[in-house]
Amino acid sequence: MSVSRRGVRARSAYTYGPLGLVPTGVLLVGAVYCLFPVSWVVIAATKTSGELFSTSTFTPGTGFFQNLADLAAYREGVFWLWMLNTLLYAGGGALLSTAVSAVSGYTLAKYRFAGRNLIFNILIGGILVPAVVLAIPQYLLFAKVGLADTYWSVLLPQILHPYSIYLARVYAGAAIPDSLLEAGRIDGASHWTLLTRVALPLMGPGMVTIFLFQFVAIWNNFLLPFIMLGDDGKFPLTVGLYTMLAAGANHPSLYNLILIGTFLALIPLIALFLTMQRFWRTDLSSGAVKA
Amino acid sequence: MTTRKSWAPYLFLTPAVTLFALFLALPIGYTVYLSLRRTKVSGLGLGKGSKREIFVGLDNYAAAIGDGDLWTGWLRVLGYGVLVLVVMLGLALVFALMLDAARVRLARFSRIAIFLPFAVPGVAASLMWGFLYLPSVSPISELFGVAPLSQSAVVYSMANVAVWGGTGFNMLVLYTNLGAVPQDLYQAARIDGASELQIALRVKIPILAPAIILVTVFSIIATIQVFTEPTALRPLTNTISSTWSPLMKIYRDAFVTGDLYSAAATAAVIAGISLVLSFGFLRVVKNRAFGET
Repeated sequence: MSVSRRGVRARSAYTYGPLGLVPTGVLLVGAVYCLFPVSWVVIAATKTSGELFSTSTFTPGTGFFQNLADLAAYREGVFWLWMLNTLLYAGGGALLSTAVSAVSGYTLAKYRFAGRNLIFNILIGGILVPAVVLAIPQYLLFAKVGLADTYWSVLLPQILHPYSIYLARVYAGAAIPDSLLEAGRIDGASHWTLLTRVALPLMGPGMVTIFLFQFVAIWNNFLLPFIMLGDDGKFPLTVGLYTMLAAGANHPSLYNLILIGTFLALIPLIALFLTMQRFWRTDLSSGAVKA
Repeated sequence: MTTRKSWAPYLFLTPAVTLFALFLALPIGYTVYLSLRRTKVSGLGLGKGSKREIFVGLDNYAAAIGDGDLWTGWLRVLGYGVLVLVVMLGLALVFALMLDAARVRLARFSRIAIFLPFAVPGVAASLMWGFLYLPSVSPISELFGVAPLSQSAVVYSMANVAVWGGTGFNMLVLYTNLGAVPQDLYQAARIDGASELQIALRVKIPILAPAIILVTVFSIIATIQVFTEPTALRPLTNTISSTWSPLMKIYRDAFVTGDLYSAAATAAVIAGISLVLSFGFLRVVKNRAFGET
């Protein structure tokens, strides 16, 4: 399907002018707009405090290593702790989230049982609930059981992700042949064996996609950790950078630290993003793995 | 499809249902409960037992709806939201159609570049743009002849951060959906003499309608809750108040003023409005988009 599609695209040449100048031009303008702040922050991270305000916007500076050293020294290296915390929240949360979504999606796609549609609709209804309605009462409830301001308070609420369950269900429906499950069942495989030996391996690529989206969502989340956490040793990068800005707004000498911090915060995600290109898909309905 | 009776599906769904109960249903119920209550201080308010929580019915809702700050917040977010939705989704649609155009160069580079901001946290995006908005750092303010963080321009500057961050994801959703369209449809249109522009407008956009509706609903829900961008830009300017958006007001009520009950009522109002808007939008466009077929 995807191969023939490419073929058709190449053949239909007679449009938008001979070279496709209009779409190419429009897309390049969009690309430049999207790359502009990111490329600036890369350059700004190299500027000393004086250079930030005196040299022209895109002129590289001479202070990269000094900035790095200053950031490492900032409040006894709390920045590296934020980085590790973020990895823990995003990695752990996305892993658990993917597992729950995959098992739920497989069950909803491949079992028929009383209450199936009801459970699916209720779970999916969660998509429409605004995060704000949840974050504050979640904080209050965590406070009641003494778990506010802990790693758990940020990790646990982000495991359930209704849209991932929906994607997993669609993907399981397309990627797991009923005949395979039936064959396994005839051979006497238990439900657990069918899940772990047949279903989950077939759902691999879909699970990678779900993991990536969830990883980015947790990595980028600001509201929940901002509300849950008070101790800056547990902050993720987003909240940490914000507190740096809030503290440093009146001290332009801190701007360099914030900028190099922002730059460093972007590297892991952008790396993940560029290396995992083929898994960044938003449509899992085509299922059975062309990637 | 398994049809025989078994406990297995229920067991497999236990984690999801448990998480749903604990972290979705319970907090929602608790919000509603809190929104109906208030602390009553008896006597001089000193000593143990002088403060107790009482049931006040819809009083908190009446207060939330009558709150002027909140309404100014809503109006601001409405203007901001319309701007973000139209520009962001418009750009996403244009980019998706351009990526799908028959002859386009460097499409892969452009697609990756435009999707890149998706990997940038909202706080980081606000910080980067926030610094670029400072006249001492970049020439943007000279370019537009107005300081981006001044009273008159701050809404546009904030919308720019949201558009920058959100266009790529929506573009990808729409572009992926275009990939599922059978190519014979385009061939047929071409044989009939349709230009690529006509194909985009008359064939591709109608086919994309359900996907456009989906991204619009998600964008509405996200935009109503705008919090990160104004919060992160606040330290750089005094033109953003602590109640700039309704969500910021809830945060202030709950954690700065310590009035949980008002915060809960306001949160429930926001949830209500966002549900009404999402479903209202779905109803309107469903009749339009699918009414004929």
